Amino acid sequence: MEGLHHDTILEPSATDSDKKKGDPKLEEKEKALPNQESAEDFSTSSANQSLSAEDKVDLYEKMLRIRRFEERSLRSYQQGHIGGFLHLYIGQEAVAVGSVSMLGEDDHVITAYRDHGHALAVGMDFDECMAELYGKKTGCSKGKGGSMHFFAPDKNYWGGHGIVGGQTPLGLGIAFALKYNKKKGSCLCFMGDGATNQGPFYESLNLASLWNLPVVYIIENNGYSMGTAESRHSAGDPLARRGDAFDIDWSVSNGHDIYEVRQTISDALASAHENCRPSVLEIVTYRYRGHSVADPDQTYRSKEEIEEYKTNKDPLNLFREKLIKEGNITEDQIKTIDNRAKGDADASAEFADASPYPDTSELMDDIYWETDNPDKKTSQGTMFFETPA
Amino acid sequence: MAIITYREALNQALSEEIERDNNVVLLGEEVAQFKGSYKVSEGMLEKFGADRVIDTPISEAAFSGLAVGAAMMGMRPVVEFMFWSFCYVAFDQIFNNAASVRYMSGGLINVPIVFRGPANGGTNVGATHSHTPENFAANTPGLKVICPATPADAKGMLKAAIRDNDPVCVMENTILYNMKDEVPDDPDFIIPLGKANILKEGNDMSIIAHGKAVHTSLEVAQTLEEKHNISVEVLDLRSIRPLDVDAIIKTVKKTNRVLLVEENKPFCGVDAQIAFLIQDQAFDYLDAPIKRVSAIDAPQAYSKALENVQIPAHDRILAKAMELI
Repeated sequence: MEGLHHDTILEPSATDSDKKKGDPKLEEKEKALPNQESAEDFSTSSANQSLSAEDKVDLYEKMLRIRRFEERSLRSYQQGHIGGFLHLYIGQEAVAVGSVSMLGEDDHVITAYRDHGHALAVGMDFDECMAELYGKKTGCSKGKGGSMHFFAPDKNYWGGHGIVGGQTPLGLGIAFALKYNKKKGSCLCFMGDGATNQGPFYESLNLASLWNLPVVYIIENNGYSMGTAESRHSAGDPLARRGDAFDIDWSVSNGHDIYEVRQTISDALASAHENCRPSVLEIVTYRYRGHSVADPDQTYRSKEEIEEYKTNKDPLNLFREKLIKEGNITEDQIKTIDNRAKGDADASAEFADASPYPDTSELMDDIYWETDNPDKKTSQGTMFFETPA
Repeated sequence: MAIITYREALNQALSEEIERDNNVVLLGEEVAQFKGSYKVSEGMLEKFGADRVIDTPISEAAFSGLAVGAAMMGMRPVVEFMFWSFCYVAFDQIFNNAASVRYMSGGLINVPIVFRGPANGGTNVGATHSHTPENFAANTPGLKVICPATPADAKGMLKAAIRDNDPVCVMENTILYNMKDEVPDDPDFIIPLGKANILKEGNDMSIIAHGKAVHTSLEVAQTLEEKHNISVEVLDLRSIRPLDVDAIIKTVKKTNRVLLVEENKPFCGVDAQIAFLIQDQAFDYLDAPIKRVSAIDAPQAYSKALENVQIPAHDRILAKAMELI
């Protein structure tokens, strides 16, 4: 069908298009595709009406900082400073920043392996994140987690999880603990479109609804599960409609528009806080880079497709244009913000580069609470069977 | 000190810890209204209510992961698997999430959780319901694993596991649930993890075992003593990780002959590691090669005739012990 997510020249066109025509939620999804006009203006919706110019500029800066951080990390990766995988969030920044900007003190966040954007959005700083990518002792996980495993429990941020869909029951558990402790909070559990085909997601939806748990599942639909387009990995559209089977409210929204993201999250949070009900939100977005940066990008989508998104749907460009139009930001501010972000990103790379690697002895730290706290140890016997010399 | 069953001992441990700490909850399939598939949690729903004793759907991945998430937030959930065999559909939640979150977060997050349930063959339920994954768990840094063999150990070690700040896998045995023995009623009765127990002293040979194999080993020890005049020391490991290596080496140095017995499958089973440790640390004390009896290396058989052969039984252990002399 016209635009079930991303039709590319490499994808066969779907044939069952007509049956869903007229579905308002599917139309919402199509608005998020390139060359589609977003009909609704969310800038004055309830979630956004009280935003000051300063707040808006702050949102813009947060998005831009994620992009500059990741661009810098890409260069470091290409220079050989970063190992393993580097799953970049570039193109999706409005989703994390918009979502996190709505959260209160008892709202929590958990996500998958494309986690830099969420980490920075909750307030983790460039240095600890870049150092983690470099595998340094000064990294947020002391160099033991890497790109996919950033954590900051002091900021209600619970990772950073590497197995597709594996975090969906954890998000449920965070919501369970909140409800058990009678907190009026929620857990935003981010996931990709590919994760919607993992079993634990459905098991989690069932429990979330059955037990009335305040968990918000956010499907960041960037159109591709690694290199497999949505039309080749998922039956049924939109993906969020799968919540219907469990009587969970669901919606589809445009993730290129931070105002719309904020409104969507605001509605889901109200449902979680007031009625302890879960939601499934499909937020349509796009990533410019490969699944991981070392992956080939041209085997499953075209350069033209990527360019179309960059030109027409880039969340930063769209938001900047809005702010200019609204008179909320000046060219000077834009330049200052950009220079600061680039400067901080470069500084974080220098910090990471200059930081020491973890000492070999640290290999055995952080495995068990008990071996890290020998003075409070209650068990006996041998815990480790091979340790560094 | 009362004489109660292994099952009642578990129930006491759970009840006392739920009473003691508001963060402790029990969740799993049929634990509440049904009173537990093996009646371990009988009476607990009535006593503690549905917020603390929680029936789940048949959905191991979700409720195991939910419990891990809740533990990350500071709760102390006890997850009951109807059989440990069912943990395989929740493998990611236990072996990735529970085991690794602390490490991957550089020690920022603790996971004080207990996964418990029976892990044994011998009940004619076929391969899918008879797994003994203590070796899998022990092979995963971040997890602790214990296999209590007596009612007192069941109580004291489960309580220790619930109070532990790390994930602990408690592997019980349906065949032991009806076993009766003396169990202390002190609400702070704790048996530390990682402390093996000499159940019978002897001089000529050591049998090292865990789980139900401990009891079969004790019977064999009695036969060896009565019919062959061989004095056998029986060491119950109790805990696999942490492991009481000192107790293992001490008994080997005392008797100089060692037989390892387990109901785990042989390849990369628990006793493979123990045999390595013994030859590494007490080679010069050995008067004979280490011998080993494990489950026969086939998927668990259904037929009683086959399964009785498969699980280490008295005569097979005895024959292997005689090879040591």
